[in-house]
Amino acid sequence: MADIKPRISVEYASNAVIVGFTDEKILEDKDINALQESIMSVIEQSEKINLILDFKNVKFLSSAVLGLLIRISKRIYESEGHLRLCNINPKIYEIFKITRLTKTFDIYKDIESATEDLP
Amino acid sequence: MFIMTSETPTSYSIVAESKPSEVVRVCDEVLAKLKEKGFGKDDMFAVHLTLEEAFLNAVKHGNKMDPDKTVKVDYSVSQDKLEISVTDQGPGFKPDNVDDPRFGENLFKPGGRGLLLMNSYMDMVKYNEQGNSVYMVRYKEKPLQRRKSSVLDEDKD
Repeated sequence: MADIKPRISVEYASNAVIVGFTDEKILEDKDINALQESIMSVIEQSEKINLILDFKNVKFLSSAVLGLLIRISKRIYESEGHLRLCNINPKIYEIFKITRLTKTFDIYKDIESATEDLP
Repeated sequence: MFIMTSETPTSYSIVAESKPSEVVRVCDEVLAKLKEKGFGKDDMFAVHLTLEEAFLNAVKHGNKMDPDKTVKVDYSVSQDKLEISVTDQGPGFKPDNVDDPRFGENLFKPGGRGLLLMNSYMDMVKYNEQGNSVYMVRYKEKPLQRRKSSVLDEDKD
């Protein structure tokens, strides 16, 4: 069986690291674990990271991915960094609203607005 | 002119192994049947999300990934609704004992959102007495605003 790992794109802006999910949907535990490893390694490369997660390509997600986002936000909070989410399509945004995670995460329209006012 | 149509729903059954990867096959099969019956994108998204949560709960929390146990998915599709049940071979659980993930410190816990999403995206969610089988109904093309007004009220507080 082919081992298809979920991929992320990483872009370094002047005041933030922008990580994009390149898969439309992330279903299995092993994919979520691989994704967590990739993102955590990006976080650990900076002392107080400003991380922007770009959801432009994401068309579907599950509660397991929400759990992953919580774990990422905790790690960033512990290291006194900032996490912002952006480019979330309306269907995915609805999931954030239902679960009230709109109150936990800083959600922005696009990368430009997400990179504004970052320390 | 309004024409009443009568149709017997077609029923199907899938028996899946207790592994998370089986969720792809199960979702693909059910979603293909919904597409045949003309269910829209919102319905497909809702059923996909819900079925994935229910199936993975059955595999992980119900059967605890035991390879000797299976998950049974029974469903019927008519022109206006999907009825589906997901049954595992575990001891069952009490849904009322699951904390609401939207409040207090639960908001910052990684888990516990699957049941909330199932309740939000389906028109009916019922568990059997043992708690090892969930029965759910989704009516075709029913706007979310009518389904759960609390979703839209959420930002008011």
